[in-house]
Amino acid sequence: MNTPVSTGSEWTFELIRQYDDEIAKCAAEFGLDTYPNQVEVISAEQMMDAYSSVGMPVGYHHWSFGKQFLQTSKGYERGQMGLAYEIVINSNPCIAYLMEENTLPMQALVIAHASYGHNSFFKGNYLFRTWTDASAIIDYLVFARNYVAECEERYGVTEVEEILDSCHALMNYGVDRYKRPAPISATEEARRQKEREEYQQRRINDLWRTIPTPEEDEGPVKRTHRYPSEPQENLLYFIEKNAPLLETWQRELVRIVRKLGQYFYPQRQTQVMNEGWATFWHYTLLHRMYEKGLVTDGFMLEFLQSHTAVVYQPPFDSPWYSGINPYTLGFSIFTDLRRICENPTEEDREWFPDIAGQDWLETVHFAMRNFKDESFIQQFLSPKVMRDLKLFAIENDDLDDHYTVTAIHDDPGYRTLREKLARQYNLSYREPNIQVWNVDVRGDRSLTLRHITVDRVPLGPETEEVLRHAHRLWGFEVHLESLDEGAVMETYHCP
Amino acid sequence: MGMTHIVDRRLNGKNKSAVNRERFLRRYRHHIKKAVSEAVHNRSITDIERGERVTIPTRDIQEPVFHHGQGGRREAVHPGNREWVAGDTIAKPPGGSGQGSGQGRASPDGEGMDEFAFQITQEEFLDFLFDDLELPNLARKKLKDTEAFNYVRAGFTSQGVPAKLDVVRSLRGAHARRLGLGGARKRKIRELQKQLEALKAAPGDLDPAFSHDDQIKALEDEIARLQANVKRIPFIDEIDLRYRQHQKQPKPATSAVMFCLMDVSGSMTQAHKDIAKRFFILLYLFLKKNYKKIDVVFIRHHTSAKEVDEEEFFYSRETGGTIVSSALKLMHRIIESRYSPDEWNIYAAQASDGDNWNDDSPVCSKLLADSLLPLVQYYAYVEITPNDHQMLWHEYEKIQESSPHSFAMQQIADPGEIYPVFRQLFERKAA
Repeated sequence: MNTPVSTGSEWTFELIRQYDDEIAKCAAEFGLDTYPNQVEVISAEQMMDAYSSVGMPVGYHHWSFGKQFLQTSKGYERGQMGLAYEIVINSNPCIAYLMEENTLPMQALVIAHASYGHNSFFKGNYLFRTWTDASAIIDYLVFARNYVAECEERYGVTEVEEILDSCHALMNYGVDRYKRPAPISATEEARRQKEREEYQQRRINDLWRTIPTPEEDEGPVKRTHRYPSEPQENLLYFIEKNAPLLETWQRELVRIVRKLGQYFYPQRQTQVMNEGWATFWHYTLLHRMYEKGLVTDGFMLEFLQSHTAVVYQPPFDSPWYSGINPYTLGFSIFTDLRRICENPTEEDREWFPDIAGQDWLETVHFAMRNFKDESFIQQFLSPKVMRDLKLFAIENDDLDDHYTVTAIHDDPGYRTLREKLARQYNLSYREPNIQVWNVDVRGDRSLTLRHITVDRVPLGPETEEVLRHAHRLWGFEVHLESLDEGAVMETYHCP
Repeated sequence: MGMTHIVDRRLNGKNKSAVNRERFLRRYRHHIKKAVSEAVHNRSITDIERGERVTIPTRDIQEPVFHHGQGGRREAVHPGNREWVAGDTIAKPPGGSGQGSGQGRASPDGEGMDEFAFQITQEEFLDFLFDDLELPNLARKKLKDTEAFNYVRAGFTSQGVPAKLDVVRSLRGAHARRLGLGGARKRKIRELQKQLEALKAAPGDLDPAFSHDDQIKALEDEIARLQANVKRIPFIDEIDLRYRQHQKQPKPATSAVMFCLMDVSGSMTQAHKDIAKRFFILLYLFLKKNYKKIDVVFIRHHTSAKEVDEEEFFYSRETGGTIVSSALKLMHRIIESRYSPDEWNIYAAQASDGDNWNDDSPVCSKLLADSLLPLVQYYAYVEITPNDHQMLWHEYEKIQESSPHSFAMQQIADPGEIYPVFRQLFERKAA
């Protein structure tokens, strides 16, 4: 039997190193594949800084981060600040922050959670592998910050701020969901940016050349050709490439925000999995250490107390309820996956014939690598977890004067419930589906966007405001048509 | 193992967000200014010098994005079911749009969810308070003040007048020089003396060729020669002398005196005085931002004037008539005796309800124009009355016409106007 690494609750750098060594050994036993780690000890103020820059270690300057900072520091002063182990950066090396105020068990928990849990998720999950380049992100952020600062100096803080505001409004529409993007890299970016400056304006001019070519003027059928010929879902990309009036530097800013949107894109789709995975591993790793006699009972008590708080799911009618806790859901599914492999019941064999009784470690890794929240839930949410959480689906139709419970955690309900919960994590269900429909190339150059409604859910009250931002970037009229089953239900215009 | 790199970042700067915070304040200056000027109206007079909580309606600082609105048919999965089974219906709350859960709740401390609240520091508060304001005639005074100099010590020099001779420094130099020049010779003398003693003590050698007497003689001669040499080193020499050096430095105008003049005759009520007090406080804070040292002189008057302390100035009551010129005369005397305009930036603020003996008003304007205005940077007159103006106002109007740069006047009818009037009086004038 080993002797515990420590018995007190005060941390030192030496102790952190020892814990990290032991956690790393346990992680290796379980085959966690991670980027190298960088653990940074910071103060509470620095943590607030980190919070307010949405987790980017280097960010360009913008008022919205200042707003975030004021909000965070207010929350912190009132003691409402959330979990201190939330900040970890998808980079290589993987940077995780430890707050100096934390006790030693907390530091160990954060290391296990962030440096081994999240880290292995960043390295293994297919969305992160496809959409982000961990080794290039820091350099790219530095490039972006310098570029923005340079623009501010040249063109004025207000001018830059206006463009960034508008880009931020469309940031969630800066991804081609079905195309594989080029990974971002700073040096490449700087080199290409020069070339772009030269060629771009020429390209734009080509598009807007007003002399009609004979073939396009042949008849009414031809003239109904739209540009773009297929609807485009990446609004920022479309604007960057086609907005008639943007200066080169403005296009570059659009590009920067678009690239950041791309960087955050996998995170928006894997919250349940990512947090569930990290929580599952801090739980598993620290228990492994306990088995080895490396931590004391006192340590485990403090750790379990934090862990329990993290995975607490208030019921829907609690004053603390604010939706499904992604930590709880993710942790429950991964934990149950292990159970299904190790101790399958009849029900499990029926629902999960492929994994019941299989190697649990391989199974959870497979789940982590190849799914996003939507498909992960669709694939792995078990009846037992639905029962444990007492999930139920409720329908709210504005045509009815009542809500209807459509499925609960019982035999007839499991499949519907699972489907509905999975859909809830589908980005295109969470966010309105809006695409570039047409540009009036020959006429007033107006841009028309189309919104495809689902279940008659309309656009929110900020829509007009967002259109103003789109108009600022596009430079000519912007229209938005809201379609329901092919018929235009509502239109918005700016100006 | 050992792949982990552990870094202590605590000493790296915090305040990484300072620029972003500043950007935020810049963007919402309009809101913040409004909050600040409201705070000035509402705060108790004594605690103007602290930060302020600013709230901005959330809709004004929203970063809009496309999202779904209410309506349509939607489904949601929630945890914690207790009694429901599929097919159950639950009546929608009457009047509600049906999406109410979790939104629009009031927070426990009464701060609405639809307001964004944050704290600005005292420094920022004052910055916003005095934003766009300018000390009248500050520039002129600064130029003028370069005629005043301070002499500051600037080390030592070897040239100078006897009055500036630094004895200690000079003697220390001389001592060092004496050691430097005489040390080797003195050491030699000591050596020779030792040899001499040794010779004298030793028994004489019989060989005349090694006669002690000759050797002693030779040693004694050498010692005498060296001693003479040492003696020739002067105790103090011209090159040892050190003089204190001073440099002339222009003295910046860092001190200001503020005269508060107030009518305390029977017609001034406590409400009047409170308004006046707020005005004086604004002026004081404003000066404080610009000067290192500020003296405040309180002069109150009815038919005669008296210099008093702050407490008596604001809170004791008098009855009787009003002779404003008495205060102006007293102010002039105080300037002459204590506040030379060469060294002091002089500001004055006079508060009155406009009452004065009619005979006295022309006297006042003459006093002001001839003897006071040339001495002061700025003279502000506020008349606290909702009524029509009397003689004093009209006399002062003439002064304002002739000296628009150093004299200003405004009327205040209620406390809400103090700050706007103050701003008007100290507004940055277009060049």
